[in-house]
Amino acid sequence: MSVSFALLGLLENGPRHGYDLKRTYDDTFGRDRELHYGQVYSTMARLLKNGLVEVEAEPGVGPDRKRYAITDAGVTDVAEWIGRAEKPEPYLQSTLYTKVVLALMTGRDATDVLDAQRTEHLRLMRELTRRKSGGDIADELICDHALFHLEADLRWLELTAARLDRLASRIRS
Amino acid sequence: MTRLRTWAFEIGLGARMSVAGGRAGWTRLALIATGVGIGVAVLLAVATLPTALAASNARTEARTENIAASTDLPRGDDTMLIGIATMMFRGDSVHGRMLQAEGSRPPVPPGVTTLPGPGEMLVSPALADLMADEPLLAQRWGARVVGTIADEGLSGPADLAFYLGTDTLTEETGHRIAGFGYAGVEDEGGVSPVMLLLSAVGMVVLLMPVMVFMASAVRFGGEARDRRLAALRLVGADAAMTRRIAAGETLAGALLGLVVGAVLAVGAGLLVNRYASGAMSFYLTDMRPVPALVALIAVGVPAVAVLVTLSAMRQVVVQPLGVVRLSGTTRRRLWWRLILPVLGVALLWPLKDGLGGSSGVELQAAAGVALLLIGLALLLPWWVEATVHRLGGGSVAWELAIRRLQLDSGTAVRAVSGIAVSVAGVIALQGLVSGVESTIGGEGGSDARPFQHEILPRADLPDQTWITALEKTPGVREVQTVRSVYGTQDGTSVRIRIGDCAVLAAFAETAGCADGDVYAVDVPAGPATYELSDDTTWTPPTANHEVAATPSYEIYGPALLITPGALRGMKVPSAETNFALNLDTADPDAVEHLRNTVATLDPQTLVSEPGNATVAATMRTIRQSLLVGTVVLLLLIGASLVVNVAEQLRERRKVLAVLVAFGTRRRTLTGSVLAQAAVPVLIGMTLAVGFGSALAAALMAMVEAPVTVDWFGIGTTSGVAALVVLGTTAATLPTLMRLTRPGNLRSE
Amino acid sequence: MTEQPLLTAEDLRLSFGETKALDGASLHVWAGEVVALMGSSGSGKSTLLHCLAGILTPESGRVGYAGRDLSAMSDTERSALRRGEFGFVFQFGQLVPELTCRENVALPLRLTGTGRREAHRTATEWLERLEVADVADKRPGQASGGQGQRVAVARALVGRPRVVFADEPTGALDSLNGELVMKLFIAAAKETGAAVVLVTHEARVAAYSDREAIVRDGVVREQEYVR
Ligand SMILES: Nc1ncnc2c1ncn2[C@@H]1O[C@H](COP(=O)(O)OP(=O)(O)O)[C@@H](O)[C@H]1O
Ligand SMILES: [Mg+2]
Repeated sequence: MSVSFALLGLLENGPRHGYDLKRTYDDTFGRDRELHYGQVYSTMARLLKNGLVEVEAEPGVGPDRKRYAITDAGVTDVAEWIGRAEKPEPYLQSTLYTKVVLALMTGRDATDVLDAQRTEHLRLMRELTRRKSGGDIADELICDHALFHLEADLRWLELTAARLDRLASRIRS
Repeated sequence: MTRLRTWAFEIGLGARMSVAGGRAGWTRLALIATGVGIGVAVLLAVATLPTALAASNARTEARTENIAASTDLPRGDDTMLIGIATMMFRGDSVHGRMLQAEGSRPPVPPGVTTLPGPGEMLVSPALADLMADEPLLAQRWGARVVGTIADEGLSGPADLAFYLGTDTLTEETGHRIAGFGYAGVEDEGGVSPVMLLLSAVGMVVLLMPVMVFMASAVRFGGEARDRRLAALRLVGADAAMTRRIAAGETLAGALLGLVVGAVLAVGAGLLVNRYASGAMSFYLTDMRPVPALVALIAVGVPAVAVLVTLSAMRQVVVQPLGVVRLSGTTRRRLWWRLILPVLGVALLWPLKDGLGGSSGVELQAAAGVALLLIGLALLLPWWVEATVHRLGGGSVAWELAIRRLQLDSGTAVRAVSGIAVSVAGVIALQGLVSGVESTIGGEGGSDARPFQHEILPRADLPDQTWITALEKTPGVREVQTVRSVYGTQDGTSVRIRIGDCAVLAAFAETAGCADGDVYAVDVPAGPATYELSDDTTWTPPTANHEVAATPSYEIYGPALLITPGALRGMKVPSAETNFALNLDTADPDAVEHLRNTVATLDPQTLVSEPGNATVAATMRTIRQSLLVGTVVLLLLIGASLVVNVAEQLRERRKVLAVLVAFGTRRRTLTGSVLAQAAVPVLIGMTLAVGFGSALAAALMAMVEAPVTVDWFGIGTTSGVAALVVLGTTAATLPTLMRLTRPGNLRSE
Repeated sequence: MTEQPLLTAEDLRLSFGETKALDGASLHVWAGEVVALMGSSGSGKSTLLHCLAGILTPESGRVGYAGRDLSAMSDTERSALRRGEFGFVFQFGQLVPELTCRENVALPLRLTGTGRREAHRTATEWLERLEVADVADKRPGQASGGQGQRVAVARALVGRPRVVFADEPTGALDSLNGELVMKLFIAAAKETGAAVVLVTHEARVAAYSDREAIVRDGVVREQEYVR
């Protein structure tokens, strides 16, 4: 899911070849889960079908001579995705991290991303807090478990917010 | 060995901490050093007094002539005739001798190399200065000043003395001597038991508050120190180490205090040497403190300072995370605090009917006073605690202050016990002084009767010479002749005076006097025969009135006053002729003109003045110095109160800021500071006035003066104490304002 | 129906020397709501709180309370406002150490002129409500941290203020005690209808709020108020 938005987002800074796209993705988000070529091409095919990217033909031959460019609809989609808060759940950082980095790369306000997420987290935490003060001890313990996890996420959000400058300078370099 | 080294390190660390604490540390050190320094200076002064007095006395003795022993001394080549020409100028006594050599090897008084010839005089430097300033004095003896008397012939730099060369003395009018120097003389007039009592009590009153003050001075800033020690415990210092470090800190302050005290003492010595007047003036070389006492001070003051610190630290437990005070939990006990005051009363009680003649009573009285005053200092903490625990309710400001005092009254009490002791002592002393004043009679100035001045000539000059000269003297309104003889009957000597009604009124309450009356003062009525000094007897006319002496003449004892009319047709014994003068007392120069006239005619003549001007002046000086002393002491105590209150405020800065956040009025906070300072002072003052008045009454009873309450003394001392409270509050206001700024809400 | 906010801050600026503690901060607090001021330490939360409460005066900008302009008031007037309409809870060390807990709670009432007996009666009720009646006659030093904070909460609410300012009220407590304090605090505030401005950097504490505002470098990012 987030892979397609990530690839789409990477196109915002200019058209790229499929191979180029894979390398950039791997460099930026890859770490120990690099993309297969096949995955890139299938994703691109789907995006092409949905009208979110278009192909710029180039003189020359071979399958690798295709350059993908983002369409206006694609840009809107990326913006909408980035701005949308994730449903709070454990292990969402990878998605969130992707969003933050992309926002930085595309010149969007990464702080907004974090703030939106914080608001969403707090909304859920408020609900859990309310549920727990109305409920019995079992509710309380279950809610607290969730609350502590959410709090840990929020801490990460805070920390990231405080280090945005450093992250930005690393990405731009 | 290593143990010793770590100890030294710890004490040194404490000393370093005392200066390394930034501005607060320096302030604390300065306060301790000043407090201890002032105490040390006073102690040094007291330690210097014996040697200085002894040196001065030795010189006085060296110039004194043994007149009584030399009555049958034959005239010789090494003898000399002297005349006693000591005389007053303004309030000061001028020691004077007329010298007339009888041979080629006359004795020479100390400090003199060549005797002055007739018409010449030698003067002390102080007298020379005075003569230069006062033309009235310069013309008194009508002699040429040919030199000065050297230091070894003077009691001190302010000694007023002269030697007048003459050739008019005869065996009758002069005294023959063969040398100067007479050990064992009593001071002129002798030291009365009352004066001894006065100085003994004065010593106690002076030293007690100094002790209390020094004890509280070494505790200045103790709370901040405890917090610093807590920080040290956090890094691993144990309780004993913290005590040694604290001792080191105090030691630094106390040693600095010794230096400050020495400097102050030297400064005071220089000032005394330069500006002192009257009998108590000393040369710099006289002012050598008794070595044993100096050693005692140098060792004792730091030791006591450290002891005070350690005993104060027993009240707190310095723990790594803070300071726990124990004082709040243990209530003070009363019984042992009562021991000393009860002992004091026991010592004073037997003296309530007067000192009597037995020796050592002054000591007993001084000890009683000291015990009572120390007892007061001990009683006060219990009293404050007991009172404060009964207080409560009232406004918020009051509640804040009272609760604070309930939690820890010790700090406030320490500052106040100084006030209490000094106030009690000063009230007692003032009472004693006014008691003494009432027994010696007023200062003549207040007695408006004429003929209060009497001239008692020694040389044999014709009456008319005297009368003419006296009448020409400015300020003399009228001269009357009074003839007087001494008569003895059954062991009581009675002064018999013969003069007009107008003159006799100066000696006794002779209202309605007519020529022919005879008045008896303290003499049994009825005819009596008196033995006269020339071994004849005389039966004067019988007294027809019994009257009381005028205040100025009370001290002269029994007298018989006869008007010339009562003597008509009687044989009158030969009597000395005195002159009573109606002097214009409104003009302070009048008496000086009179003395000038007298000195020109016969320097040995006694000018008798109304009242007891010298003693009264002494008493006035004592009163004034008491007042100055009180003010200084109270200011010191005010300073320590300011330090205490400011320190407490600083400790509570967070709470103060929170109170301000809650909308507490500054007025409320100021009010609470005021109450916090005022309540202990008020309690202390009540106790002090009670103790002081009781002591004063006891002392007045001892000197057999009417027991009165010295409202003036109580009023002034209480007033100054109230000012100190207000001043303390005012002085801490800036701190309060600074501490209630919102910045202090920030949790550090 | 356009409901007006009870407390507003508009474009506040305040520097301490070089530090711009507030750099154009705005905030709106509606009656009865709990707003959490979040942000990293040093971001200006406490400064904003002090400005809102009239303890500090901003260099520029306006603080309004119930239609009145706090910046235009004298110190005396602002003190009176704090006595009458505001309550405060701080992180720790706010109770007067020599007064008993009951006397501490009664203090705001007594400052506004209530008699001692009456004030103590009300204080006792509040101590019971915050479940600390057992320390009523002890000094704060003898109560635990959690008890002390609950006493402080009781003191903040005893005068039925319209706004309670709480600066890290659980900052010095463990999570269990923190939860307890917050639960009782917010429940009592809701009951009396007091608005709460709650400075905290702990999400679990902020979760007791109705809405949060993020403070960063002296600027506030406010979440919209929805009724
Ligand atoms: N009284 C003051 N003096 C100097 N600087 C201050 C003062 N109060 C706050 N500051 C500074 O202003 C900034 C904001 O402080 P504050 O409002 O206390 O932050 P927060 O409460 O969010 O931690 C910080 O950089 C702080 O150092
Ligand atoms: Mg803060």
